[in-house]
Amino acid sequence: MTSVQLAEMSNAFVYATMVTLAIAMVAFAASFAAGRRPVAPVVTPVMEGAGGTALLVREEPAESVQPGRRAGNVGMSLTWLATLLLLVGVVLRGVWAGRVPWGNMYEFSITAALGVLAVFLVMSIKRDLRWLGLFVVIPTLLWLGLAVTVLYTEAAQLVPALKSYWLVIHVSAAIVCFGAFTFAAATASLAIARGRVESRQGTTDVMGWAARLPTRERLERLTNVVVAFSFPLWTFAVVAGAIWAENAWGRYWGWDPKETWAFITWVVFAAYLHARSTAGWRGNRASWIAIAGWISFLINYYGVNFFANSLHSYAGV
Amino acid sequence: MTTDSAVRTDDTAPLPPLGSTGFLRWLWRQLTSMRTALILLFLLAVVSIPGSMLPQRGTNPLRVDQWIEQNPTTAPVLDALGFFDVYAAPWFAAVYLLLFISLIGCVLPRIGVHLRALRTPPPAAPRNLSRLPAHARFRLDRPPGEVLDDAATLLRSERWRVRTSPGEWVAAEKGYWRETGNLVFHLALVLVLVGIAVGGVLGWRGNVVVREGSGFSNTLTQYDAWGAGRMMSADQLAPFSFTLDDFRVDFERGEAQLGAPRLFEADLTYRAEPGSTPEQTTVQVNEPLVADGAKVFLVGHGYAPRFIVRDSRGSIVFDDTVVFLPQDGNFTSTGVIKIPDAEPSLGFTGLFLPTAALTEELGPHSIFPAPDYPAVFLSAFTGDLGMDSGAPQSVYTLDTSSMEQVGLESLIPGDTWQLPEGLGSIEFVDFDRWASFQIAHDPGKELALLSSVVAMLGLMISLFVRRRRMWVRATATEDGGTLVEVAALGKTEAVDLEPDVVHVAARMQAREEPRGGQA
Ligand code: HEM
Repeated sequence: MTSVQLAEMSNAFVYATMVTLAIAMVAFAASFAAGRRPVAPVVTPVMEGAGGTALLVREEPAESVQPGRRAGNVGMSLTWLATLLLLVGVVLRGVWAGRVPWGNMYEFSITAALGVLAVFLVMSIKRDLRWLGLFVVIPTLLWLGLAVTVLYTEAAQLVPALKSYWLVIHVSAAIVCFGAFTFAAATASLAIARGRVESRQGTTDVMGWAARLPTRERLERLTNVVVAFSFPLWTFAVVAGAIWAENAWGRYWGWDPKETWAFITWVVFAAYLHARSTAGWRGNRASWIAIAGWISFLINYYGVNFFANSLHSYAGV
Repeated sequence: MTTDSAVRTDDTAPLPPLGSTGFLRWLWRQLTSMRTALILLFLLAVVSIPGSMLPQRGTNPLRVDQWIEQNPTTAPVLDALGFFDVYAAPWFAAVYLLLFISLIGCVLPRIGVHLRALRTPPPAAPRNLSRLPAHARFRLDRPPGEVLDDAATLLRSERWRVRTSPGEWVAAEKGYWRETGNLVFHLALVLVLVGIAVGGVLGWRGNVVVREGSGFSNTLTQYDAWGAGRMMSADQLAPFSFTLDDFRVDFERGEAQLGAPRLFEADLTYRAEPGSTPEQTTVQVNEPLVADGAKVFLVGHGYAPRFIVRDSRGSIVFDDTVVFLPQDGNFTSTGVIKIPDAEPSLGFTGLFLPTAALTEELGPHSIFPAPDYPAVFLSAFTGDLGMDSGAPQSVYTLDTSSMEQVGLESLIPGDTWQLPEGLGSIEFVDFDRWASFQIAHDPGKELALLSSVVAMLGLMISLFVRRRRMWVRATATEDGGTLVEVAALGKTEAVDLEPDVVHVAARMQAREEPRGGQA
């Protein structure tokens, strides 16, 4: 296969991903519009007759009481498909360029979109996340749209400073973190929204669109789980970046704008974890902090690459 | 969720008591409270921002000067407040020092609390186990004593800490590593800061430009720029030296990212000390030379055209390469030549263009960084170079205030320009390259790295280990069997307790089965 064909195939796969995601979005939207969220499986401890040994009977709500379930399933399947397509697109891009597929902002964007989808799907293996699909697919679509229109760049070799295996480690960790932070920002926003509805209606058993969502409490816990997983990884990404900087520029930390915003992101998520164990901060405020952390990641990515005079400005747009 | 007793999570702070010791204690409590830690963390994020928006002296002094020139009204205020050196500003230091004082004040007492907790057996079973978040109830055929012994053995074998009340209940607790990890994490952060501080106080860093064919020896006078920590003196420098034998560079010629650097590497001959055997090495970006505790990094490069200058007497007054500094990505470079000893004194300012182009609006400039069509544009001056005043002068600027411009010329390699008025001539012979090196020694970086690794391990333990308690209560039933209750409680939030309860209950029932079969 010639290199031009490789490039065109990579692009075709990225476009196919976007089409698939668009259909998934419709399916998720339909599922969301269809009515109440499937009731979470309830665990009821049941004592069976004397001498019996059964316990902890898990009661699944009947299929029939879950409108929108089928549309949600379609959405999930399409998201899996879209993720596979994107994976192929990213791999082809890397093969074409002959290196890791994150040498410029376009490549980083499609790889980061893959990270977002992957984190969502991994999280969905053990949980029912059909209610979240819409809120992951929409930003991913926007992100990919931005990548193919504004950021698109032909592949080129890496500038020498980027030729390092620490880069591979650093950026792959950052990409997974980006996926997880996006997930956390989505659940944190939904927690805030759901919390509003809950307090307006004065109950956790709400009516209306928010009924499709888990309770505020559960959304906050989910956010916490994801941040607790990604914070150590982000710490690792920052340390790996420092090791790389030490090798490339002779100092492990120089308050370059990119480093500064990585640090800010780290500090904000540390503040989030603290807020989760501080009375009066555990709820909405913590959710806002998680969103702030995600925004600082975005600033680092867009703001710094475009505007700041940074050693890291290798954007190639 | 619960927090450790040493951690105050009160939202509304009580009013400060009167009296100085009472007030100090109150202040200390406030400072070491979780809420203060949270606010200080937030503040740290906020005060870091301006340094990413404004140019900083530490990274880019030239841009700071430009910025100040362009904003004459706001710049002096910002400058006085330290906004061009944010990370060395007192208000920035105040935030992180307060944060670390808070951290130490918070963590040290928690160590004591934790050590005590490690020696304290789990608490007695609550009266009503069915109120706990995870709970199971079932019946076994054996008497309560046996069931409880079984439960205790099982829990111990799965590394729970176990306390028993014979005939009544078994209490168990697990996940003490969580707090240990958390404490290790916070203490390791302090050590990271210590590592950074050691580097700041004992480290040094210098920059030097070396032309192809010339050398460098590690003494203070050889550096173009130099900075060192307070406790580092220049005579502690290791006596190594090197010469730059060859410098290779390659640029992207494809359409995408045209002109972006693709490779640069420098061949050096290195001597650990004067007289020791020379070694050949190659330094690349990402592959520094390790020289006696210091590291030599390749950070930049440029061109050094060679000129031969004759003065009015016809004698050669200058024959050397001159470092020209790149001004843009295509290496349009500027430089000066000063010849005070010529008769009369001569000075030149010039542009070196690796791939020369001349347009109406841009004037002479380079359109590609590689030397495809090299040329220089020179301006000749005669008069007082101002070098006798004793004031230090930059080798990259020419003070033309008391000089007279005598002409302008463009030259390609091999050309000679006969200066007007019989002042002499200048020949543009050819050009070499130069490389710039950053040479740095940071004795704190190993500590910083090691403590960050420890911090990460502590953090993972702290976030992934779940601290939880479990109770098993056994009550005799009338038919000689036992009613067993298993329940669990998480000590930190988001603990999924159900699997633990199911697991223990299932194991206890499994032990029963063979017996039930025989009966
Ligand atoms: C440099 C500043 C600090 C950073 C980066 C930091 C970071 C963190 C992180 C990431 C966690 C989450 C780990 C976990 O939940 O187990 C945590 C937990 C904790 N931190 Fe800090 N911390 C800092 C300062 C402080 C200070 C000053 C205090 C004292 C008030 C403190 C007290 C705690 C406590 C008690 C926890 C455990 C919370 C829990 O059990 O969930 N930290 N810290």
